[in-house]
Amino acid sequence: MRKVGVVGAGMTLFRRRLQETGKELSFEAARMALDQAKMEIGDIDAVVHGTAPDAFDGVHMKGEYLLDGSGGTRKPYMRVFTGGGTGVFSAIAGYWHVASGLADVALVVNEEKMSSCQPHPQSVFAHIWDPILDRPLKPNLVWIFAMEMNRYMTIHNIPYEDIARVAVKNKRNAVGHPCAQLADGDITLEDVMNSEIMAWPVRRLDISPPSDGAAAVVLASEDVVKKRRLRDQTAWIKGVGWCIDSTMWTDRDLYFPEYVARAAKMAYRQAKIDRPKKQIDFAEPYDPFDYKELHHLEGLGLADKGKAGLMTREGVTERDGDLPVCPSGGLLGVGNPIAATLGIKVGELYWQLTGQAGKRQIPNEVHTGVCQAWGDLMQYGSVVVMGT
Amino acid sequence: MRVGIVGVGVTPFRPTTPDFSWKELMYDGAQRAYADAGIDPRSDVGSFITCAEDYYEGFGIFDEFTPDQLGAVLRPMHTVGGDGIQGLANAFMQIQCSLAEVAVVESHSKASDILTLNGIVAHGLDPIWNKPLGGHPNYVAGLEMDAFLRASGNRAEDCATIAATNRQAALLNPVAAYGARITKDQAARSPALWAPLRQLDVASLADGCVVLVVAGEAAARKMDSQPVWIQGIGWASDSPSLETRDWVTPAYARLAAEMAYRLAKVRDPARSFDLAEVDDKFSYKELQHLEALRLTRKGQAGKMARAGELGLGGKLPTNASGGSLGCGNVLEASGLHRVAEAVLQLRGEAGHRQLDGARRAVVQSWRGLPAASGGVAVLGVGR
Repeated sequence: MRKVGVVGAGMTLFRRRLQETGKELSFEAARMALDQAKMEIGDIDAVVHGTAPDAFDGVHMKGEYLLDGSGGTRKPYMRVFTGGGTGVFSAIAGYWHVASGLADVALVVNEEKMSSCQPHPQSVFAHIWDPILDRPLKPNLVWIFAMEMNRYMTIHNIPYEDIARVAVKNKRNAVGHPCAQLADGDITLEDVMNSEIMAWPVRRLDISPPSDGAAAVVLASEDVVKKRRLRDQTAWIKGVGWCIDSTMWTDRDLYFPEYVARAAKMAYRQAKIDRPKKQIDFAEPYDPFDYKELHHLEGLGLADKGKAGLMTREGVTERDGDLPVCPSGGLLGVGNPIAATLGIKVGELYWQLTGQAGKRQIPNEVHTGVCQAWGDLMQYGSVVVMGT
Repeated sequence: MRVGIVGVGVTPFRPTTPDFSWKELMYDGAQRAYADAGIDPRSDVGSFITCAEDYYEGFGIFDEFTPDQLGAVLRPMHTVGGDGIQGLANAFMQIQCSLAEVAVVESHSKASDILTLNGIVAHGLDPIWNKPLGGHPNYVAGLEMDAFLRASGNRAEDCATIAATNRQAALLNPVAAYGARITKDQAARSPALWAPLRQLDVASLADGCVVLVVAGEAAARKMDSQPVWIQGIGWASDSPSLETRDWVTPAYARLAAEMAYRLAKVRDPARSFDLAEVDDKFSYKELQHLEALRLTRKGQAGKMARAGELGLGGKLPTNASGGSLGCGNVLEASGLHRVAEAVLQLRGEAGHRQLDGARRAVVQSWRGLPAASGGVAVLGVGR
């Protein structure tokens, strides 16, 4: 199997409402990634596009609509879609485009423009439920994630403070991120704990709000990296994994994300990682809600079940801790334009591993990182392990 | 590593399927494919892929609803927002780089559940430049047909011949929904709805599900199944804007074919295949695609249709299945259905429509209006 490396990445501002169209956002991100990789669109053999529900942008076949902005015109162009999991999953699809030998260089572009959806993108989520069993109850996402958070807290007896600490850490981490929507260097634990309740136990500052944005990465085969002398700016993809759980979320115990654990197992096997706590230097788990960072750290095998909160309290997951988690600022700090979170997951791994993270650079030397995204009805995990 | 198709499952295509929900259609198609390949999805499959679009399905995030009925719970699975051949390309790549040994590709249509398909298709037009023009979105196909016929020298009556031939061919195919004894004159006299496009030039919608089981050579050899090898696969997109795409020789088909031919080492496509299955969601599309795939010279596809060279006994039997015109337009499953048909022909299991000694086939798909994307696969048996 060929080695595949990330040789460039780019992302736009993440904002509640951007003037640019989805095509323009895709173009901006793609252009930045190409510039960093010292390439032109003519050097790209295939384009992979990731974007979440069509209903956000309000265009049927949204992948087709965004394809010229993403550089896909007259090229092999593939849209993959795994709900929120798309944030990392599209890079996995890009990986197999190059690893299989069908492409030497692939451009992965993710876009999300949630502000087109009026009055609030939450209304799209009215249509993601089983039409017979769930929809008549009129659930929304905050409501079911509150159930998951509560289950997680109850089973492990986790105090709310430990969860709120994640929001504080990530919003502070985001201060060094030029694209951040929600950076706040002065935020305190009290701010989060005193923010208003959305659906108990979830409070406003536990959640990353909707956003617009795009991100892109360029993936290249080892030969291309050598030929173009890009080794110094390459982070290698060591392992990929993905997994879906049953649609029937009501039939599962929500205290542990088994789908993340399985996806991680698949990626670790490929990356020859058998002791993730020892072998992984930093992590970018998906953190649209603060409890999700803890949940996912446990799924990724980086914390024992129920112990991720304690790690946060003890400062292990701070940027200068033993296991920095979401050094980018994560979704809580940078923003949550669903699929475009590629830039703060795969993108951040790339910038950290190649020493290009600027103010966000982890002070300790890092060689191996893992990122993960989460999607669908609390049922999807996508995991990428990268290394130097 | 060679990658082969080791199982096919096709549910009968029907204009409506009140007895089945879309989940049950998927289950039915998957059961057939798993039985055909002799596999247990819970232990033998490394990756599941479904090809679907949210608006066709009527869900905000359709990916959520894919695993249970395919036996894919807690397994690697993902959705491709594309046609079945694009899904097949992902399976091909995953197996090539050892992420999976066996992969399953699914696509289905529950078009009878869609109340406002024209509205959905119009919703796919550019929201600033094209959608505000209004009208039934099939006008785009009417304009393209006119441009194609004028530039290529093919005739509108050749399109009527395609419409009649494919509907008649479908009478021999038990899964087809729209088999009928229609003559060329009947097709040519049907109402011109989006001139020059006539009513019988348009494939009618159908419900159905197609599932393929795909395996690497080592895994395929262990199965009790005759593999049909994917010798080449390609996919491509032209510009999404109506104003800047190629209206005469669709670039998505031309480029996808170039990619597939390169992998399959096909130098002279016109002489390389025993059969072709090319997209015919509109009758003129069959002619346009035959030329874009270089299966005939430009402007000659209509002549082939007229001379009967595209029929069962002809020089290049095309859409012996009945195509979309005869079987029904099953949306994103259309490409996968063409692959399934070619597999049956190459295995010698195509019943009354079986071609003698077919060993190599070319299959092409188009995503349908208003997209300019599609795929091509070269399939073969033996060596």
